[in-house]
Amino acid sequence: MLARLVEEAGIPTVVVTMMPDTAEKYELPRILGVPFPFGHAFGAPNDVAMQREVSQAAIDLLTDESAVKVRRDLDHLVWPQDDRTAYKDWQPSEPSPIVGHNASRRERLEEKK
Amino acid sequence: MPVDSYRYLPRSFREGFEAFPIQETEPVRAKLAVEITDAKIALMTSSGLYLENQEPFDTDTELENPLWGDPTYREIPRNTKQQEISAAHLHLNTRDYYVDFNVALPLDRFTELESEKRFGSLADTNYSFMGYQQDGTPDWRSNQGPELIGKLKDQGVHALILAPA
Repeated sequence: MLARLVEEAGIPTVVVTMMPDTAEKYELPRILGVPFPFGHAFGAPNDVAMQREVSQAAIDLLTDESAVKVRRDLDHLVWPQDDRTAYKDWQPSEPSPIVGHNASRRERLEEKK
Repeated sequence: MPVDSYRYLPRSFREGFEAFPIQETEPVRAKLAVEITDAKIALMTSSGLYLENQEPFDTDTELENPLWGDPTYREIPRNTKQQEISAAHLHLNTRDYYVDFNVALPLDRFTELESEKRFGSLADTNYSFMGYQQDGTPDWRSNQGPELIGKLKDQGVHALILAPA
């Protein structure tokens, strides 16, 4: 949403995201998909080479005039943890408030049935 | 190969995100007004980073009202050091931000690429907000969004790179 506001104001944007399919639903002009766990759009801690590659790819998209909408996915980059560990690792130690809220709402609905 | 957008998403969320309706039908696209070698670029993250001397994002109110997210943002100078960084975000494990905040806001990488003349310059001020904005989104559209755009223009920024957390 914010990217569209900024574009409408005449400033080009690049969105670097682990959920490029969702970003596409906003008709954004430049999307860079990254295969990383949430919270780590530019790569792993202290992995300078990985962070540089993502940063340079984002810069490159700013000059890509090949289409109205450009999506590039850096699928070749490899996260340093196995999927199971990475999946657990990015999440907070306590479920976020909305997760708890939704769970208790579901319980109440089940009780009413 | 396309990146799997749901690889790290909690299984219970996947169906909802896959079914998430198309939000916009018309593309919008601004053109870079200068050559990339002259372009001033600003970075923005939704990872909840803030400086130790700034007010943290308000997680207490979100704990009381799970449908609310702090709609404010913080200004992060380009020369920020690792030891100055804190983070407040109830939807992420923020541990790695205390090791290397470049994973979310790569000021060091952009400073390096700037010195190699891969682009013009990194903005003096970059931006951070806390990405959980369920009830705050209209506020962003009418208040923080236009305010931020004004600040980008005041800085002479030619492009913004946004990284949702």
